[in-house]
Amino acid sequence: MPPKVELIGVSKAFHGDGLTLRALDDVSFAAAPGEFLTIIGPSGSGKSTLFNLIVGLLQPDAGEIRLDGQAAPARLGRVGYMPQKDLLLPWRSVLDNVTLAPELRGVTRAAARERARELLPLFGLETFADAYPAALSGGLRQRAALLRTLMTEREVLLLDEPFGALDALTRRELQDWLLTLWTRFRQTILFITHDVEEALYLGDRVLVLSARPARVVKTLTVALPRPRRQGLQALPEFGRQVAELLEALGIAV
Amino acid sequence: MPAPRLPAWVHAALPPVVLLGLVLLTWQTVAENSGLSAFILPSPVQVAQAAWETRAALGEAVTVTLLETALGLAAALALGVGLAAAMDFSVWLRRALYPLLVASQTVQVLAIAPLLIIWFGFGLLPKVLIVVLVCFFPLAVSTADGLASADPDLVALLRAMGATRGQIWRLVRLPAALPGFFSGLRVAVTYSVVGATIGEWVGGTAGLGLYLLRSKNALATDQVFVAIVITSALSIALFLLVGLIERTALPWYYSRQRARQWEESGIY
Ligand SMILES: Nc1ncnc2c1ncn2[C@@H]1O[C@H](COP(=O)(O)OP(=O)(O)O)[C@@H](O)[C@H]1O
Ligand SMILES: [Mg+2]
Repeated sequence: MPPKVELIGVSKAFHGDGLTLRALDDVSFAAAPGEFLTIIGPSGSGKSTLFNLIVGLLQPDAGEIRLDGQAAPARLGRVGYMPQKDLLLPWRSVLDNVTLAPELRGVTRAAARERARELLPLFGLETFADAYPAALSGGLRQRAALLRTLMTEREVLLLDEPFGALDALTRRELQDWLLTLWTRFRQTILFITHDVEEALYLGDRVLVLSARPARVVKTLTVALPRPRRQGLQALPEFGRQVAELLEALGIAV
Repeated sequence: MPAPRLPAWVHAALPPVVLLGLVLLTWQTVAENSGLSAFILPSPVQVAQAAWETRAALGEAVTVTLLETALGLAAALALGVGLAAAMDFSVWLRRALYPLLVASQTVQVLAIAPLLIIWFGFGLLPKVLIVVLVCFFPLAVSTADGLASADPDLVALLRAMGATRGQIWRLVRLPAALPGFFSGLRVAVTYSVVGATIGEWVGGTAGLGLYLLRSKNALATDQVFVAIVITSALSIALFLLVGLIERTALPWYYSRQRARQWEESGIY
């Protein structure tokens, strides 16, 4: 089977105020169907830019982006995307936020709501269906944003630091819950994080990006068994791979 | 003993009502005891009497003025929102229209009103046009600003989900513009009644403006006060009505403001 997502020699620079800011430099990698690929890199290195390119909000200056083994110059709407900010529509209830994608596809509101109501309990959101986003805690907002992304029913999901702003406990809880979801739905997931342990705990492979302009400096296959469980962090392999990633990031150990 | 809790709207209405009562009381006392004639300063009670005595004429006048106001507001809504949409649609149009709109507001209504009467006669139309002139501007500007205020990240997200330009408009730009639209509408309705009255004053055959003009010519100062009070009462009523509609139409906006107030006051 061809890779779900493949980047070949992708470069991207931004121009403004007479300055050129090189964000990505010759980035190549592929994610296999059903793979959980985590992407880690220093902040400001170009990780979100990478996702904006894959989604189709930006076009590469050089190189090619392929979906399902085919060159895909028009990609908008083809992959599920969860941006770094939760970006829930403040004027829509949680339920109406998560049905956004089906609505855009032309599914009737009733049908979309029915599907969403099935999934709400899985996301711990059933009591908040009619609440406005402003009334939710950060963790609940992230769950709602994730459910909205899942409701795109795309085979590829791009998650940009979804748990970055959460406290450590909520974060662990949501990590396990995301893995449960993934085991059930088996999408191909690209997951950006700046947390080395999170990258290892979740991923099949970890892609390490350099500081700007981002280059792939290392690809590491995670040596941990699935299903992953909290406590794995104590295994010696875990510690060894953490050290390997930190070294690739240029942080001395 | 804890103080009994009052409903929120009583809480909001109480201070202005108390203050107004004090002002009326002072006015009544001054009018009665200063030796000024009722022609210079009628007392609130005399004003109320004048309103009661002219109630038939007053009722007719209010009906006419309200009709002009309603028609003018409706047309101003269409024009203001239309202009805002046009300015949002094209940067070029925005740059062309915005300065002209601002310039249009420097023209005095009192100077325009006689012209409109000369062109369109003494009927309904010139008054409606004056209402449109004073009302469309706040609507156009605040709606245009509201449309421009939509979070570009939200727009990008919708694009990433494959939304069309029309869908983005309906689902993001339009709802984001509503709070701005309503604040423009609140300004517009407070100008509207006065606008209609000015038109009637300059060349009317009916309405509150004419009532005011006749009262002035007859040196009926108490009736002049009646006209003033009724005009502002109508404006205030419209203002409150818009507030009510806004609260019903934008529950999310008000629940968010409340959440913010709580956060600021440290309840969370
Ligand atoms: N649309 C844009 N225009 C100009 N510069 C941008 C744009 N998007 C991102 N950048 C710049 O590119 C660099 C990488 O940004 P980003 O991809 O958001 O990094 P990361 O997600 O790794 O923190 C940053 O310096 C950022 O300021
Ligand atoms: Mg980022």
